[in-house]
Amino acid sequence: MIAWIDGVGVLAPGITGWPAAADVLAGRADYQAAPTVLAPPAVLPPAERRRASRLVKAALGVGLEAVAHADASTLATVFTSSSGDGHNCHAICESLASEDRAVSPTRFHNSVHNAAAGYWGIATGAMAPSQVLCAYDASFAAGLLEALAQVTTSAAPILLVSYDAEYPEPIHAKRPVPDAGGVALLLSPHKGPRSLAALKVSLGDTPNTRMNGAALEQLRTDIPAMRALPLLDLLARQQTGSVSLEYLAPLQLMVEVAPC
Amino acid sequence: MTPLLVPHFTATTCLGRGLAPHRLALERVTSGLRHCNFETVRLDTWIGEVMGVDDIRLPAALARYDCRNNRLALLGLEADGFGDVVRAAIDRHGRRRVGVILGTSTAGILQTELAYRRRDPQTGALPADFIYATTHNTYSVAGFVRDYFGLEGPALVVSTACSSSAKVFAAAARMIACGLIDAALVGGVDSLCLTTLYGFSSLELTSSRPCRPYDAERNGISVGEGAAFALLERAPASLDANAVLLLGAGESSDAYHMSSPHPEGLGARLAMERALADAGLQTTNIDYINLHGTATPSNDAAEGKAVTALFGDHVPCSSTKGATGHTLGAAGAVEAVICALALRHGFMPGGANTEHIDPAIPLDYLTANRVGRVERVLTNSFGFGGSNCSLVFGRAA
Repeated sequence: MIAWIDGVGVLAPGITGWPAAADVLAGRADYQAAPTVLAPPAVLPPAERRRASRLVKAALGVGLEAVAHADASTLATVFTSSSGDGHNCHAICESLASEDRAVSPTRFHNSVHNAAAGYWGIATGAMAPSQVLCAYDASFAAGLLEALAQVTTSAAPILLVSYDAEYPEPIHAKRPVPDAGGVALLLSPHKGPRSLAALKVSLGDTPNTRMNGAALEQLRTDIPAMRALPLLDLLARQQTGSVSLEYLAPLQLMVEVAPC
Repeated sequence: MTPLLVPHFTATTCLGRGLAPHRLALERVTSGLRHCNFETVRLDTWIGEVMGVDDIRLPAALARYDCRNNRLALLGLEADGFGDVVRAAIDRHGRRRVGVILGTSTAGILQTELAYRRRDPQTGALPADFIYATTHNTYSVAGFVRDYFGLEGPALVVSTACSSSAKVFAAAARMIACGLIDAALVGGVDSLCLTTLYGFSSLELTSSRPCRPYDAERNGISVGEGAAFALLERAPASLDANAVLLLGAGESSDAYHMSSPHPEGLGARLAMERALADAGLQTTNIDYINLHGTATPSNDAAEGKAVTALFGDHVPCSSTKGATGHTLGAAGAVEAVICALALRHGFMPGGANTEHIDPAIPLDYLTANRVGRVERVLTNSFGFGGSNCSLVFGRAA
């Protein structure tokens, strides 16, 4: 399956967007770990903006960066996340373990796995299909596979948004994702004036590509969405090459990148 | 889309385990709902609970997956000999060529809710026996089913609230079309938990009576649980006349509100239009519509507007949630199986519990069964976040 990458969005600890990520990955800047910077999504109505969770901010942040030069109102989307909003989940579980068991209506509707996709629709007005997936640590690869399958069958562009955020304690001890992070790719069935690279995706068994340098390798394994880093690395270096991204053992996702 | 064969399917809900009790209950227009006595829940509402879920034991090697949701998945998988059909498909196609694509909204969250009652009084830590990845995580049910069958192919969970297990049919069809897999085990599993019971109650969306879809007096849902599965494969050149086919799928987004449908049902209408276009069919080709029909005032009003705008008032339709309750992330697959039964056995199920059809919604709403040949059916599933999916199924001949 083939598509062209027409836009990229990245947020991670110490990485504030695709230009910053590209500088680090291409060796033009050193990687400095720092808490992920999440901005309130300006595209949401004021009430939703105020209440936007860290997870929704991460998803909308990377999504908007990737579609900066595209019309989001007509785009189909694939959202993929290894978990839902951990802070919201914790608050609900605490309430349900208490005597009064009151769950706030807003907390409840924000507990759905497709909350970020719902807010994306409200923000952009897009009535196109929106897919929302989970495959635990393989969520990025599962999302990329679904996005490529949609580009192939619909012959229309699609936005892939892969995003994660931390759980507070006590769930954090069981699922220690350290911070929020996300990667978004705007994928097109045809090469266009803004195409950065061609992407070819297939299933295989080659062991996963690791990142050079302990800090970036740690980032790749800490946050599920950052399993995309080897792909972004080729893109940043404008190198033709292939990488293996984590999927569901023994199956892995083989990704070939050819810069335009 | 190229039509896909549905060689086998099964459903387990409060109506019973497997196809036979579902067919019987649908033919008699009876309901499986009971007043809520689930766990320690104290709410004046009715639920669709599957009996015997907690008697199910997972194989010892898969004990890490043990939770109500995966017990329900296993109970449902081995009904109607479905597991044997899956194993035969794996023998035919290979471990890497059968995908697992399942829908759920809450997965095993009940396990976490219960663990929060057992936190360490000093540290607040969760108990050591609580395993996040294989019970709580949204993917856990697909991971369980993939490991249960020893599969090594693609797997994923679609989680778009109450449209989840309708959208799995569309995702599986794409994977087959792209040659990633040769067959897909699709379905939906959602189990009762405190989050949904107290959550829908907080939104004042639960009824204190058994839910009455499309009734003038309808006032909310009855939360149910269920596990429904189907196998999807490329259709061979010659088919048995009774064979059931997936003919089309349509997906859309409301882009309107997190927990209320678009008041004119615009997203719902788009999903139905796209499903018909995907199947290459006109509205006049549809014999019966299985409505989403949750029995909240706003859902049924919005869906009714969308259906009448597209189909007029002459296509027989009903919601079967009065019988099964709203099985949330499993509803799409449960109702796909009900549609398959309608096609195979030649009847259109009347909607249970509905007494006075809402005169403000001019549909041919069935409260009693209509018997006769059914060629093609459409089924609707809509969810929070404005996620919509419609599917079209048909007979081979």
